[in-house]
Amino acid sequence: MRCLLVEEEVHQFSNLVKSLSGEDVSKCYQCGKCSAGCPIASEMEILPNRIIRLIQINSKDTVLSSSTIWLCVSCETCFTRCPEDIDLVTVMDVLRRLSVEEGYRCPEEGILRFNRFFLASVKNYGRVHDLGLIVRRNLASRQPFKDVGQGIALFRRGKIPLRPQGIKGVDQIKGIFAKSKTFLEREASGGGGR
Amino acid sequence: MKYAYYPGCSLESTARAYDLSVRAVCRDLAVELEEIEDWNCCGASSGHCTNYRLSHALAGRNLALAEREGLDIAVACPACFLRLKSTRHEVRADARLKKELAELIDLPYEAKYDTKHLLDIICREVGMEEVGKRVEKPLTGLKLVPYYGCFLVRPPKVTQFDDPENPQSMDILMDALGAEVLDWSGKVDCCGGSISITKRDIGAKLVSEIADAARGVGAEAIVTACPLCQSNLESRQGSQALPTFYFSELIGLSFGMKEANTWFRRHLVSPVALLASHGLL
Repeated sequence: MRCLLVEEEVHQFSNLVKSLSGEDVSKCYQCGKCSAGCPIASEMEILPNRIIRLIQINSKDTVLSSSTIWLCVSCETCFTRCPEDIDLVTVMDVLRRLSVEEGYRCPEEGILRFNRFFLASVKNYGRVHDLGLIVRRNLASRQPFKDVGQGIALFRRGKIPLRPQGIKGVDQIKGIFAKSKTFLEREASGGGGR
Repeated sequence: MKYAYYPGCSLESTARAYDLSVRAVCRDLAVELEEIEDWNCCGASSGHCTNYRLSHALAGRNLALAEREGLDIAVACPACFLRLKSTRHEVRADARLKKELAELIDLPYEAKYDTKHLLDIICREVGMEEVGKRVEKPLTGLKLVPYYGCFLVRPPKVTQFDDPENPQSMDILMDALGAEVLDWSGKVDCCGGSISITKRDIGAKLVSEIADAARGVGAEAIVTACPLCQSNLESRQGSQALPTFYFSELIGLSFGMKEANTWFRRHLVSPVALLASHGLL
């Protein structure tokens, strides 16, 4: 019976996170400062310091399917205060991208949907068009009248333009999206899920 | 003093008053702003959360367009500021990213010129002496708390501006304008950013904690340098909300600019009654 695993296999996930983020999470000694300062900690099922521990022990599925990675607002408090100088925001970015790329189900669908509409607006116009973003989000989440009162108030104060303003270089932006192989392109070509 | 100006998407919509007041104040302080021609969205958090190359390419195109003009960049929105600044920071440290970026954006980019936030430019480049000289209508009696939020000061390695835990720039600036600046605990707390759109309850909770901290020290208004913080503070405080100013609006008001009225009319939480009560309008 073979019961010896080579080190690379055991540490596949933590090595992957390290190579993609450039951050060495093995330096973390669990002081908990990241979670103490995190503004969203009270909403998280797995606290930021536990996410690091789970990477250390290669719990890939638990990490990539957690809501924590999507609830993180990238406020940079954890990185600013980390005594080991671990850039946890960059680590979270890597986890979010891996989660999308590897087709994990996102437990915070609304957040992923928002990212999708936001980036679609950037791709189509080169800039973000607020009104279009709100309308598409509402239609997709089947809440057509959400925030309508506020939308009208914003429009009356000249805060929301009615028509999108496309930039001249919109083809360059579309080229950037195509070359970056974003999840919008993958979804358009029928990418898989898990 | 001349900069390539990057307004960012919010300044074309919800934060029009920020854009108008920034342009007016900079004109007065002889800071020439030349808008980057055909700038694009920086990608914001949706970019960096989902795709590494996209995030750097969207920021990089703006950096490359400004570099062609041979100018440092002045940014109004702290979120855009951090995106542009991060891409420059990483391109300087990573030759592979530099090469990859050139292929993605089809433009040369050497990372020669810096990116600065407008608050930094006004506080450190223009300086308090110049600002103080132009104050015609001091904001006497107006009790303010300066709210810095996240990306002006964090992460300090990239932003290279002020203290990340207890910044002072806006405090000193507001003091120079004659306002009564209060010390408080909420200066660098996070308003939740776009989570106020996707998870409204969380956003409302964060905003009410910030507003409570401001009220707790007796503030009548909050002053910020971020369009997203301003929008969240105005729209998620609920009843009896404290007005939230852009720092540039208060500079313009203290300089006696007549158009200041037109900026305040664009606010969701009107500051007009408060300003009138101090004889400032």
